[in-house]
Amino acid sequence: MIGLWENISFCFDPLAVFFLLVITVVSIPSLIYSYGYLTGHYSRARIFVITSGTVLFILSMAAVVCSANLLAFLFAWELMSLVSYFLVVFDHENHQSVDAGLIYLIMTHVGTAFLLAAVLIMYHYAGSFDFSVVRNTIPLIPAATRHMLFLFLLIGFGTKAGVVPLHVWLPYAHPQAPSHISSIMSGAMIKVALYGFLRIAIGIIGIPSAWWGIGVLSVAVGTCFVGIMYALLERDIKRLLAYSSVENIGVILLGIGAAMVLMSKQQYVLAEIACAAGLFHILNHAVFKGLLFLGAGSVYKATGTRDLERMGGLIKRMPWTAAFFLVGALAIAGLPPLNGFVSEWLIFQSLFGAASALPGALKIFFVFMMVCLAVTCGLAAACFVRAFGVGFLALPRSSRAEQASEVPLSMKMGMGILTVGIGILAFCATGLWHAMRFVAHGITGGEIVPAGTGELLLSGTILNMPVIAGIFGVILVLGYCMVRLIAGPEKVRRGATWDCGYYGLTSRNEYTATAFSKPFRIAFSFFFLPQRRVEKLRESYYHVSSFKYEVRTIPVFKQYFYAPIVKGFFVVAQRMKIFQMGSVHWYLGYILFMFIGVIIFVLVH
Amino acid sequence: MKTLLFIIQILVCICLAPLVSGLMRKIKNSLRMRKGAPVLQPYYNLGKYIKKEEVVSEHSSFILRYAPYVVLASTVTAFLFVPVFHYSCLLSEIGGVVALFFFLSLGRFFLVLAGLDAGSSFGGMGSSREMFIASLAEPVAICAMAVVGLKSGALHLPAALNLVQTPVSVIVAATALLFVVIAETSRIPVDNQETHLELTMIHEAMVLEYSGRSLAILELSAHIKQILLLSVLAGMLWPFPVYVPDSGAYLWSAAFFAGKVACIAVIVSVMEVMVAKMRLFRVVDFLGFGFLLSILALVMAGLGV
Repeated sequence: MIGLWENISFCFDPLAVFFLLVITVVSIPSLIYSYGYLTGHYSRARIFVITSGTVLFILSMAAVVCSANLLAFLFAWELMSLVSYFLVVFDHENHQSVDAGLIYLIMTHVGTAFLLAAVLIMYHYAGSFDFSVVRNTIPLIPAATRHMLFLFLLIGFGTKAGVVPLHVWLPYAHPQAPSHISSIMSGAMIKVALYGFLRIAIGIIGIPSAWWGIGVLSVAVGTCFVGIMYALLERDIKRLLAYSSVENIGVILLGIGAAMVLMSKQQYVLAEIACAAGLFHILNHAVFKGLLFLGAGSVYKATGTRDLERMGGLIKRMPWTAAFFLVGALAIAGLPPLNGFVSEWLIFQSLFGAASALPGALKIFFVFMMVCLAVTCGLAAACFVRAFGVGFLALPRSSRAEQASEVPLSMKMGMGILTVGIGILAFCATGLWHAMRFVAHGITGGEIVPAGTGELLLSGTILNMPVIAGIFGVILVLGYCMVRLIAGPEKVRRGATWDCGYYGLTSRNEYTATAFSKPFRIAFSFFFLPQRRVEKLRESYYHVSSFKYEVRTIPVFKQYFYAPIVKGFFVVAQRMKIFQMGSVHWYLGYILFMFIGVIIFVLVH
Repeated sequence: MKTLLFIIQILVCICLAPLVSGLMRKIKNSLRMRKGAPVLQPYYNLGKYIKKEEVVSEHSSFILRYAPYVVLASTVTAFLFVPVFHYSCLLSEIGGVVALFFFLSLGRFFLVLAGLDAGSSFGGMGSSREMFIASLAEPVAICAMAVVGLKSGALHLPAALNLVQTPVSVIVAATALLFVVIAETSRIPVDNQETHLELTMIHEAMVLEYSGRSLAILELSAHIKQILLLSVLAGMLWPFPVYVPDSGAYLWSAAFFAGKVACIAVIVSVMEVMVAKMRLFRVVDFLGFGFLLSILALVMAGLGV
């Protein structure tokens, strides 16, 4: 009998501490934010319930990353999943929340089932759940079983992290939760899954072949593309952010996958760098995605909608929220001099480093990964220009947006802390980089390389954020002063935007979010499979009295991957109904047959 | 001393940037048997705009007001990553190619936001198209630069542009980059700087709300971005001559640089006269071809050519 309590032990190695940092950095501002967000929305009793639920959720994540053995790990993992389920369905009056919760519950348990299987296989060989004991017995496991173990772990953790095609739950569950929960889920929980992958798949099982790394890289690229493409078309701002989380998981996995390939090729220094770049992106993404979800929550609280087409003009009505969201958008688009740029730069450089160090086909493969990352970055910039431009700029697109007002102080504080965090991560990048290298060294192993001279030195190129940001700032100020000097004081007249000679500019003259993404929808129609329906009601041939235009895209994974599976379950259930006729006599008969069957089985053996 | 030299070379290039545009316009007009505006017209335009009063939309926010400064600063910062006369530059090994393209991206981000800010449908249209084209062009640029990086061993331009001999794969990569340059400098067949037709304009649609000094700043930024991309391309095709550090050599190097840029300017202008503007969704094919070229260059580099 396996005792649970004897088996629970914790360890605080650099990797665990790093992930604790990631969890804390998102959770504390989100909790501060929740004070303002929940007040007025819910009764006091419910606020108490959700806050204690949130705290339990955070603690369970912390327990996952600190567990020192597989059983404790699984226990905390399941606790984390269940608590987050209850947080997702917190708005249970809303049937969308309940549906989202159901999808989440099913998917997360599919993942857990794979993890459970993997853990039991490892226990079978090791006879213990302890990480270090299991690691020592891994060489005893036959190669085929190891491959299977790896696959199980990839599926199990990938489901939680939102790796394509297992990401379906993410765009449902994350937006439906209250915003501070979305922020913690996207900022921290999906990273905990990556922790599991780093700890168990790479740390314990190890990497016997480069194919595992190549597999992870391929999955990563798919995740990047699918995530960002759907984000680009999404109108619901929180769902847009959820899809963007899927994309960022892909970006992180590009770093980790590169590290895996390099480890299998004994390039430990480069592997450490690639892994550290992935870790850096984990921390960065936690901060800016947390911020963006909180920003989206503020907009939701102020306007009552998550639809981009009903926002607009918020930059004047909610200047603080708009400024915070803009910083978050710039950071997530990977633009200098903010933190998203640092980690994307690091991933670019480590992929390039891998391409330079590896021979032949792998060289081409790694540069191709760089190209894929460049596509992702370009699309991410487009996606967040659209989110900020349509959501916050120009004229309000609905009466609710017109009446919006700034959110209370606690919410601004929550967002403000994360905004400052973005600045700190960008300016202290060098120091943090050394810390990341230290953490990554624990995963990749190999010889210890003395730290550089204070810059991020990668394949002949260095990144010195204070210098770059400083020069940019100096040029910005200098440019302003020069123009002022040459042209004298500003002569500005206010006037209305030209309304094309119509009856005054209204929000209907503006470009919509749907229109903004139309070129992408058409150019990538092979992926989106857009369908349009036009309905015209005519009074006569020349006079159309009503016109309806509808465009929708086919959710490929849902329709072609999950729908057949669900349908298959129903078909099987229909067949099974023959055995389930509801008669007690038959059920007693089943028990009798089963009993006889077991006796025969035992006798034969 | 060296730092001063780097700053001077960038300032000279910034001053000459409008001249390149004027030259290209002149070449195009001559080829079309037109008289055309004087070569210095871009300077006259800048002088005219900067003196004028500015009309700012009352529907817009601070984004529209201050975006031009961000665009200018990010373009100039990006230029600091590019060697021009001297074989090195101010931010030589810092940041490298990725930082260069991401700084250009930063300027674009604000320009596109400014296009959306005034609430006019033209601005939105231009913004949407600009982002679309940029997201297609960026991967081509990164791939081409990575090929050069593989050949030179580092992902920054001073190394890349100083290859002793230009390998075939780099020439193919440079051809791919030419597609990016055409798309990013809003030239035919992707965009047309000369018209304000709502069906076709991209860059001009975004800056439609601008007037006065803001417009002057944006135009100057566009000139700078153009000379920046042309100098990257020139450096790839004709690497720097062996450099001897004395004042005479600087001048020779500057003359050589001017010759290279002029050469590419002529090529681009001739191409512009010879082809027709494509409609927006054909641009996918245009840049797709550039993408294939860059992948070809990559395979060649992988094979060691």
